[in-house]
Amino acid sequence: MKLFEYRGKELFKKYEITVPNGKLINNEKELTGLKFPFVLKAQVPIGGRGKAGGIKTAENIKDAKAYFSKIMGMDIKGFTVKKVYAEEKADIKKELYMSITLDRTKRMPLVMISKEGGMDIESVSDEKIYKEWINPLIGIQPFNIRNIISKLNLEKDEGKEISNVISKIYKMFREYDCELVEINPLIISSNGTVMALDSKVIINDDAIFRHPDIVPEHLELTELEKDANEKGIAFIQLEGNIGVIANGAGLTMATLDALTYYEGKGGVFLDLGGTDDPEKVKQAFELMKKAKPKVIFLNLFGGITKCDTVAKGVKAVIAKEGIDCPVITRIKGMNEDAAKEILKDAGLITATTLQDAAERSSDMAGGA
Amino acid sequence: MSIFVDEKNKVVVQGATGHQGVFHIGEMKNFGTKVVAGVTPGKEGEQVHGAPIFNSVQKAVEKTGANTSLVLVPARFAKDAVFEALDSEIKTVVVITENIPFHDAMEFVHYAKYKDAVLIGPNCPGIASPGKTKIGILPGSIFLKGDVGVASRSGTLTYEIVNSLKEKGIGQSTCVGLGGDPIIGTNFIEALEAFEKDKETKAVVLVGEIGGTAEEDAAEYIKENISKPVFAFIAGRTAPPGKRMGHAGAIIARGKGTAESKIKAFEKADVKLAKFPTDIADLVEKYI
Repeated sequence: MKLFEYRGKELFKKYEITVPNGKLINNEKELTGLKFPFVLKAQVPIGGRGKAGGIKTAENIKDAKAYFSKIMGMDIKGFTVKKVYAEEKADIKKELYMSITLDRTKRMPLVMISKEGGMDIESVSDEKIYKEWINPLIGIQPFNIRNIISKLNLEKDEGKEISNVISKIYKMFREYDCELVEINPLIISSNGTVMALDSKVIINDDAIFRHPDIVPEHLELTELEKDANEKGIAFIQLEGNIGVIANGAGLTMATLDALTYYEGKGGVFLDLGGTDDPEKVKQAFELMKKAKPKVIFLNLFGGITKCDTVAKGVKAVIAKEGIDCPVITRIKGMNEDAAKEILKDAGLITATTLQDAAERSSDMAGGA
Repeated sequence: MSIFVDEKNKVVVQGATGHQGVFHIGEMKNFGTKVVAGVTPGKEGEQVHGAPIFNSVQKAVEKTGANTSLVLVPARFAKDAVFEALDSEIKTVVVITENIPFHDAMEFVHYAKYKDAVLIGPNCPGIASPGKTKIGILPGSIFLKGDVGVASRSGTLTYEIVNSLKEKGIGQSTCVGLGGDPIIGTNFIEALEAFEKDKETKAVVLVGEIGGTAEEDAAEYIKENISKPVFAFIAGRTAPPGKRMGHAGAIIARGKGTAESKIKAFEKADVKLAKFPTDIADLVEKYI
């Protein structure tokens, strides 16, 4: 789960990492109590807001009001700005980049730091990014920090300050089950204070249960996706018009891929998982209908899950609720013959192979 | 032969008395797996399909000689369960549980390495060496004993592929579900290394998906170290960046983890790629 910048900074404060003096602004009247110049920042769960005009520096109250009304409600890459954060502009002597992520290959936390702060890190060449892997069982040690600091050519006091920040961020990364903590830029001001000017924090969804102080917002999800999330169904809205229901994440992805060979485009990814519970099947179809696909493509492989049990669930939903688009099914595995009979009986199209089903779904979605 | 597991594995099931535990102990026994014990704290003295239940892994090991654990406990208790198994000197741990916090997985995956144990998963369907044993929740009906090794990041998609191999009469030496999480105990490289050493395995099928760089790393490894033919399917070519496609690990993040990059890497390593999952069997048949 991505946190808004200001929420990330609240966590930083908890770990005694300095951030500029700032506050959330809900209306013009609240543009007080901050020293000019200050920066108004759109709170959106996506990068590139500066380029989109979502960050503006105000020199006086007139500017501040004008920028505030412009930023609030603006659209940044599909996200409407509903929150604006204002913070005092820092005077910058040095800008660094710092992050901690999970390195999937080494299965360890990876600390990255670079002198090229303020830049998009993907555009910084690899030799300018210093990396240190931390053994999760022993935690960050002084030698780890020395290894990083020695490469940054900092003045002595600066090095000490940055070392402290690295330790604190590591502590936060572990204690809050973070997938990512990124500070870009991490600055050293002219009076030597080290400050986080931005925050990008992602907390592992599966660990939210042990952080009662983190309010689950799921900023990046659509309304239907949020609904599905609450019901425990893996459901993702995509750009196309074919709704895919399959069992298992890999099979669902492979089904979406198959459509593209026939110029079809998936509109929904819906993974039924290992369930044949009629209630879950019902919920899945209800969600799918709300997404209004032109065609539904049901692709099942029965291993432990029995195809005919799922088919019975599907038939019951359709008999009761009706369905207003064609449903193409491709069933394979345990009890597939019985399942095909049930689905045919329910008026659905039964294809023989994955290719056949993908082709027919694509044709139907493309026609009319 | 086979990799990681065979008839010598004596399995204790952690989380044995729940619905899943009871069902899969039965399924595993039908497959021929030596399930010697179950562990559910507070239920010592009970039995599941003839397997005695103990309060602790330690006691299960002492009484039955179990050397392998299958972890089916809920996510929030999984870390404790894996540490308990490893501290009871269990040397093969298969973690089926989904939704385990990444930080927990990171800790127990590292601890397994110190303990010199093989850890498979989490968020995986388990591992099967047909004719010998099956440790996990994979359906027994899809397998056929043979000489193709399978390693996969997915569940049902693997069943589909293994089943299509079986329909062509192509059997498997071992089929290992590596898991759909970003942090897993055994990856493609470790599976490939074991398949290369295994005399019974003549070819390897890899089932990958978007997210991370496990396939790219495997491709590099294959170029230098693998003499056997390798076949692959990659799921998620149409997945948009930034969306988690069902599996916690299936996400294109910060430009990394695209199917395109994985396909390219495999092509360079002379790995034969299938367009559709059901085509893998045709490819394997053609080359072997």
